[in-house]
Amino acid sequence: MTSRKSVLVLGGSSDIGRAAARAFAKAGYDVGLAGRDVATLEPDAADLRARYAIDVGLYKFDVLDTAAFAGFVSGLPALPDVVVSIVGLLGVQENAESDLAHATAIMRSNYEGPSLILGLFAEKFLGRGSGALVGVSSVAGDRGRASNYVYGSAKAGFSAFLSGLRARASRGGVHVVTVKPGFVRTKMTDGMKLIGPLTVEAPVVGDAILRAVENKTDVVYVSGKWRLVMLIIKTLPEAVFKKLKF
Amino acid sequence: MTLVSGWGRFPVVDSDVLRPRSFAAVGEAVSAGTVARGNGRAYGDAAIGATRTVTMTGFDRVRSFDPATGRIRLEAGVLLSDLIDTFGSRGFLPFVVPGTRFVSVGGAIAADVHGKNHHCEGGFGRYVDSLLLRTGQGEVIEVSREQNSDAFFATVGGMGLTGIILEATMRLRRVETGWIRERVISASDLDAAMRALEAGDAATYSVAWIDCVARGRDLGRSLIYLGEHAGRGELAGGADAFPVGKESRLSVPVDLPSMALNRTSVRAFNELYYRMGARRAGGSHVVSLYPYFFPLDSVGAWNRIYGKRGFLQHQCVIPQAGARAVLGEILDCVARRGDASFLAVLKKLGQGDGILSFPLPGYTLALDFPVKGDILNFLDEIDRLVVAAGGRLYLAKDARQSRATFTAGYPALQRFNAIRKSLDPAGNIRSKLSQRLFDEV
Repeated sequence: MTSRKSVLVLGGSSDIGRAAARAFAKAGYDVGLAGRDVATLEPDAADLRARYAIDVGLYKFDVLDTAAFAGFVSGLPALPDVVVSIVGLLGVQENAESDLAHATAIMRSNYEGPSLILGLFAEKFLGRGSGALVGVSSVAGDRGRASNYVYGSAKAGFSAFLSGLRARASRGGVHVVTVKPGFVRTKMTDGMKLIGPLTVEAPVVGDAILRAVENKTDVVYVSGKWRLVMLIIKTLPEAVFKKLKF
Repeated sequence: MTLVSGWGRFPVVDSDVLRPRSFAAVGEAVSAGTVARGNGRAYGDAAIGATRTVTMTGFDRVRSFDPATGRIRLEAGVLLSDLIDTFGSRGFLPFVVPGTRFVSVGGAIAADVHGKNHHCEGGFGRYVDSLLLRTGQGEVIEVSREQNSDAFFATVGGMGLTGIILEATMRLRRVETGWIRERVISASDLDAAMRALEAGDAATYSVAWIDCVARGRDLGRSLIYLGEHAGRGELAGGADAFPVGKESRLSVPVDLPSMALNRTSVRAFNELYYRMGARRAGGSHVVSLYPYFFPLDSVGAWNRIYGKRGFLQHQCVIPQAGARAVLGEILDCVARRGDASFLAVLKKLGQGDGILSFPLPGYTLALDFPVKGDILNFLDEIDRLVVAAGGRLYLAKDARQSRATFTAGYPALQRFNAIRKSLDPAGNIRSKLSQRLFDEV
């Protein structure tokens, strides 16, 4: 290990995960990438080493395998300075309406797993008295909408968890960041109709995450326009909101 | 189907656009009428598939880098902007950069792009050691000067028509700083400009901005920019060895109405630009590599200046011997028209490396025109002058030259076609450009 700071990215093979890893690596952090399939992370590890001459570790992590979480955390060679959770599952709202297994997978991948693992790291960080935890939630969690409320409700839960964790952990020197990216052009959104001016590229989110950690920002809307959009969506009276199709 | 165009936004055509995420998916994406696309900075129809366009920018990983030699292996979708931002601060830059840094490595190889150093250091392809190529018939082969060399030299400058470039191994240049010592020379007419460029042969970088509105005695008046990599000792105290590339602050948010560019506004711009440059002429000063190499990158979406009908860039190269007379004739025609615009560039080129590479020893002139009126006929007239002088047009900029102009300008075409056929007997790899200029009809 080096004397450099380190970041662990959960969901390292996602586009936002890769972008976050690059942003931290560029800033001089050593990087750990964690994902379900370590083999798929190898090319990204090679990329980070070649670009930034840093140490990169790869770790197997499955967000649904909560029983393995404690072992995952204690099995790391060192406790990182920063943990970023990008994991999540968009799923298909229509299927989730009748397929309980699918709905459960969405809820667990977006709320249960990310909350539990960040909670576990929070305990370790509080014991050490330092560190930053970043949860990538979603604007979809700001209000449940007809077109994606299963995903949105799980993200809402995650946002609430992060909010509470932040309030508690801040007294112990640990900072918690909630990131709400809005539309991002990624594998997850391939084929979706995205609204151009509200859409950003993954590297923009990666840089925003790094900045939020360095500046100790609490809640980040990656594009400021989303803060406004969601403010409007949140303040619409329910009687009006329920008639909207989006 | 999606409407697709190049940087010039002309022509706009239908093509099926795919964004594969794995090399296996790239293979699956190839069907009859496919071509690869990088960051879409080719001006015309080069990076638009006859039926299907495979966007490669998702492949943006560096595979390995050896700081001892500067050798790098990377995926074809890595942008030069990314390479410069990542490796510049470690003391490495691409040997060759075109006028925009927002091009992919694959695109830079396919167009064998040139930079301000072509007269002495050659084009992008010269620094490429090998390529991983997915051919039209489905083979994935490594090609280099030693191995499958025909395929290598056909792929460098081959406009993507030999297959899809997946990866490349190339060399980066070791630099002490990211700064350039620039010397500006003002030239009052074309003769003076060409003399200054000849005298600038010894400079690593040389290029002339040419006022294409000035006529008569002032015809061809220019500002010549010579440049050398600056050493650490040349930097002002406190300057970082590597400057930060700023995100473009300025952007053109909407298509300007086509009347925004007219004789008066273009003339005023050129007059002002020349006078301001001439004032700086004489001495030398140190500038960041970003404004030196990429002056237009600081204005996002500058292609919208030309309105929604788009614009054409006409870039020709004229062999050294007859260059003075023909350039004079072309500039005279253009100045009489009066609507060629901001970016008129004159530069000396050396020998190209690929079979279809654009450069040949002589002078290249690049002119932008809004798409309107009789511009297509006008450019056909210019092409006749180019062809008569033994010159040719740059395919990466082209959207409209005729087959006759193309065939006359590229005598190695038959050899290229034979290699292309051997790599892709069924003719799967086809672009709108190849349909227009290469393919049997």
